[in-house]
Amino acid sequence: MTIDWTNFTPWSALAGGLLIGIAAGSFVLFNGRIAGISGLLGSLLEPGSEGRGEKALFLLGLLVAPLFWLLSGSLPEVEFQTGWPGLVAAGLLVGIGTRYGAGCTSGHGVCGMARLSPRSLVAVLCFMASGFATVFVLRHLLGG
Amino acid sequence: MRKLTAFAAGLLFGLGLLLAGMANPAKVLGFLDLAGAWDPSLALVMVGGIGAALLPFAWARRHERSLLGAPMQLPRKRELDRRLIVGSLVFGVGWGIAGICPGPALAILLTGQWQVLLFVLAMVAGMLLYSALERRRTH
Repeated sequence: MTIDWTNFTPWSALAGGLLIGIAAGSFVLFNGRIAGISGLLGSLLEPGSEGRGEKALFLLGLLVAPLFWLLSGSLPEVEFQTGWPGLVAAGLLVGIGTRYGAGCTSGHGVCGMARLSPRSLVAVLCFMASGFATVFVLRHLLGG
Repeated sequence: MRKLTAFAAGLLFGLGLLLAGMANPAKVLGFLDLAGAWDPSLALVMVGGIGAALLPFAWARRHERSLLGAPMQLPRKRELDRRLIVGSLVFGVGWGIAGICPGPALAILLTGQWQVLLFVLAMVAGMLLYSALERRRTH
């Protein structure tokens, strides 16, 4: 294993992580809810789910984050390396998988881990493992 | 008041994702590529996120109501079932293909890049498909 030191950004990663944790912590302290993006979005897609106002407002805050970011400077880099067939496949798998698995990197990865949930630990180990495996196959076995 | 805290929490969450580099698919794939030049940054995002959320969740576990009086809605499920495991494995494959997951996708949606629009459309389609399959299963 070689470390990519030129792209390694420990301080912004840690600081961004802290903001994410504080945001998730505030949501549970004030609203009593889990800041899991797939769960919030999936529940808004189901007619008649409870707490739609609060869920929608959390997601609205998330959506307008880049507009607030622009007040302080230019947006951080966003570089896609996947063509349209890959993006469609990835979106479908992420949509179905997070709903069956009841969470994603936010709901299981941050909130679930922080509340020491064994289910979330298993979920994180599963999506990390298949994420690592997928990149290995696409980049090193097929991409050659 | 709870509407305001919901919006503020979502906004802060999004700013955190942007600052952390989670909203850059190239960086996420750099983290998932253990066999290439590995960028460990995103491990620190999780360390920071879990670290900052530990105390609030420890408090939440011991209380029935939030600070603003909302019912505390923490998951009660305990069993490690096949849905959890297979669902998470499937999610990881999608994450590994494009390097983007639900939170970051929404946090950069308004930048208007066609890639994120397409990804979010497909993701919403996947979620609707799940809901449709669930309705068939339970009826």
